[in-house]
Amino acid sequence: MVNSMAGLRDFLIQRVSAVLLVIYTVFLVSYLVWHAPIDYMAWHGLFAYVPMKIATLLCLAALLLHAWVGMWTIATDYLKAFWVRFLFEIAVFLTLIACFFYGLLIVWGV
Amino acid sequence: MRFSIYRYNPEIDKKPYMQDYDVDIVANSCNMVLDALLVIKNTIDETLTLRRSCREGVCGSDGMNINGKNGLGCITQLSTVKEPVIIRPLPGQPVIRDLVVDLTQFYKQYEKIQPYLQNKDPLPSTERLQSPEDRAKLDGLYECILCACCTSSCPSFWWNPEKFVGPAGLLQAYRFIVDSRDTEKQARLNDLTDAFSVFRCRGIMNCVDVCPKGLNPTAAIDKIKQEMLKEIVK
Repeated sequence: MVNSMAGLRDFLIQRVSAVLLVIYTVFLVSYLVWHAPIDYMAWHGLFAYVPMKIATLLCLAALLLHAWVGMWTIATDYLKAFWVRFLFEIAVFLTLIACFFYGLLIVWGV
Repeated sequence: MRFSIYRYNPEIDKKPYMQDYDVDIVANSCNMVLDALLVIKNTIDETLTLRRSCREGVCGSDGMNINGKNGLGCITQLSTVKEPVIIRPLPGQPVIRDLVVDLTQFYKQYEKIQPYLQNKDPLPSTERLQSPEDRAKLDGLYECILCACCTSSCPSFWWNPEKFVGPAGLLQAYRFIVDSRDTEKQARLNDLTDAFSVFRCRGIMNCVDVCPKGLNPTAAIDKIKQEMLKEIVK
């Protein structure tokens, strides 16, 4: 038996990230509803606010970590050939990292 | 009543096939699926191979897949199954012959959780007493008969049988974790914190759906996770 905390760690990552994403989504939907009809300037103003930038990046990181745990789980279930799984995991990892930096550029560019 | 049964004898057959049998269940006084299978074996085709013992849902020998759902042949009533009754061995397990599967991996996972009481306190002069409340915590756990219906219906076990303990093993793991007389709770939990042993359960709940004893391995698995969280918060 592999004795490590990896399972508990991933379990916590998925739960905590899911809670963060729910809070962020509820806030964003509430904002859209309360400020309807929303225009570009209001939307721009929201994301120009520094705490909103930090919250957005935090949620982006949570989403990507959540996705990584899920994709790793799928890979270890269905991809049994070592090299296939290894290449798949590298591809997923690089894609998620790229998404994060792309998101960072967008959010910090507002 | 027509039965379509999975047949495979690796010494003779190149690949498995389904064989049909017609059984007069009224003339033979068959109530359960197992009754009909024994009529087939005893009067139609003695080469049909299956495990069975107690005939009353206690020994767990005759776990099989009946019309796509795992269950015990001896307590599955013929009046509840659609015709033709399709009987296959427990899925995801190596077939030894016909309906007999190799459960070595299942038992290895069971062995892994150390399914026996461990108490490192000095031996008491009398038996180790348990309050009625503590004893009640074992209800819904100790009744497992290890028929493997749950574990062999679990996709997580199909994909990772060497690493994921499976619902039957985890139900028993929790049975000892929650036992007030066992002093090795923390060590038991530490042995299960890796990425596969417990956490490969994705809550599919096939185990709950098929358990012939009406037990809930998914709830036990969730409680193991809760106990782990309590240990790190403590």
